[in-house]
Amino acid sequence: MKGWRPPAPFLLLLPAVLVLAAVVIIPLILSLYSSFTPFRLTQPASLFTLIGFRNYVRILTDIEFWTAFGRTVLLLTVALNVEMLLGLGLAMLVEKATRGQRLLRTIMMFPMMFSPILVGFQFKFMFNDNIGLVNNALQSLGLTDQAIPWLIDGSLAFFAILVAEVWSSTSVFAILILAGLLAMPKEPIEAARVDGCTPWQTFRYVTWPFIMPFAYIAMTIRSLDVARAYDIVKIMTDGGPAKRTELLWTLISRTAYADARMGLANAMAYVAILLSILFTVYFFRKLSAARTQIAAEW
Amino acid sequence: MNENAKARINGFFLSAAHKIGLFLAMTVICLPGLWIVLASFRPTVEIMAKPPVWIPQDLSFDAYIAMFSGVGQGGIPIIEYFRNSLIISVTSTAIALAIGMAGGYAFARFRFKAKSSIFLGLMLTRTVPGIALSLPLFFVYSKLGIIDTHFGLITAYVALNVPFTIWLIDGFFRQVPKDLAEAAQIDGCTRWQAFWQVEFPLAGPGIASAGIFAFLTSWNEFALASQLTRSVNSKTLPVGLLDYTSEFTIDWRGMCALAVIMIIPALVLTFIVQKHLVSGLTSGAVKG
Repeated sequence: MKGWRPPAPFLLLLPAVLVLAAVVIIPLILSLYSSFTPFRLTQPASLFTLIGFRNYVRILTDIEFWTAFGRTVLLLTVALNVEMLLGLGLAMLVEKATRGQRLLRTIMMFPMMFSPILVGFQFKFMFNDNIGLVNNALQSLGLTDQAIPWLIDGSLAFFAILVAEVWSSTSVFAILILAGLLAMPKEPIEAARVDGCTPWQTFRYVTWPFIMPFAYIAMTIRSLDVARAYDIVKIMTDGGPAKRTELLWTLISRTAYADARMGLANAMAYVAILLSILFTVYFFRKLSAARTQIAAEW
Repeated sequence: MNENAKARINGFFLSAAHKIGLFLAMTVICLPGLWIVLASFRPTVEIMAKPPVWIPQDLSFDAYIAMFSGVGQGGIPIIEYFRNSLIISVTSTAIALAIGMAGGYAFARFRFKAKSSIFLGLMLTRTVPGIALSLPLFFVYSKLGIIDTHFGLITAYVALNVPFTIWLIDGFFRQVPKDLAEAAQIDGCTRWQAFWQVEFPLAGPGIASAGIFAFLTSWNEFALASQLTRSVNSKTLPVGLLDYTSEFTIDWRGMCALAVIMIIPALVLTFIVQKHLVSGLTSGAVKG
């Protein structure tokens, strides 16, 4: 015996913990502190005045903030559900393909290669009321004779953002679910078929429980990373028209950089972080449950 | 009509529907990208034309020539941006994968105290939106003097990607039956050998997709890069994209050309890593 050695998992996790502490935790403690100050970028000295919870009280009574908050939750909910369904469909279509699967998979990942900021520009271009692809196509096909103000009308702009968001992120679901489908052993499916299951039953009771952890991984990754939508919204509408597509993140960046009220923005950022944590914890629970179920059945 | 013929007709329609569905899905996925590629070859007049010009009349490489012709002649320092992006993305992906493999293996194979809380805690560091992280990070980095360096951005991206990679790799290690590594150890492998000879190849698809994710995240990241970079020393391509916008106008053609430049390496890399996605797990692991 060589004396005490640190347990293996401790050593294996140490690098991850160190990096995350240095780059995320310490800066966040700083920003938590500054959310209790009236810190403005233009007045560095204001970083050292404490004002207690005044920033938080202010945003929690602000109707503009709550509107943006509600809109963000709505966008998250709709986008994640649509992406999940489309991703599942896409993965199953690709898995069924007998030829050219490799090419199909590469094409499927195509939107993931686009930077969100690029997706924003691209859809801004396509939904442009004057020269955009969407309006040009609709007009050439004779479906409408006037230009639809996609990015100018509030709810149409929300829809356009949703389309951009779904286009760019469905492939995250598709590729993870496909990885699950490929990792899945074929015997249970064959057994189910021999036992006389209909295709729907096979899917519902054999395939679905198996790929569920993969779907939840995708869900959680997406809900973690959904702040990427900031880049898209920032470019497409920048929260406009008249703040009708303002999301939590565009509001934060406007408060921080345009109004230079960093303390207030940091307070908002903490609410945004809390929202992400809520989504993440929810899906994480679901993920563990799905995993336990698989472990029990195997 | 007998049952065989019925089944055959059914099968025919199903496969036709499958092909049509696949084709439609792929069209929707590809069209916006192809539109970008096409626009990068078309003159601005044609892009802006009303009524629209559907069939390209005049294709040229003008946008690319302009882009590479250097600053001041309608170009941007594209070579420097590209180099920065490549160095930063590849290095941070490699480091994140190494750290992620260690972490993912720890979560998949060991029991320890407060395991799920630690796991959740690691993941929660990823929930911090880039925009919320950018300012405090900027302060810390300027105190350390690593603003506008490769090192600063690489560190940030490693931290950004580690939770992702741990998560994915953990999930894929769990899919590898424990018995395999144990069998290898009984056959005389050390735990280290068992990992590299048995579990690593089987978890290959997961590690490959984690790598793709990490690379694409770093390659495409904008919110942090726009704050932590200043000059051609470390500006990445997504930040460079903004060189094509001015207050009231957007040079669509130039931007589309840069977009194509950005997508090509991602495409190539994805295609190379592709084959690892299928291999491994599906072939001859422990049955049942």
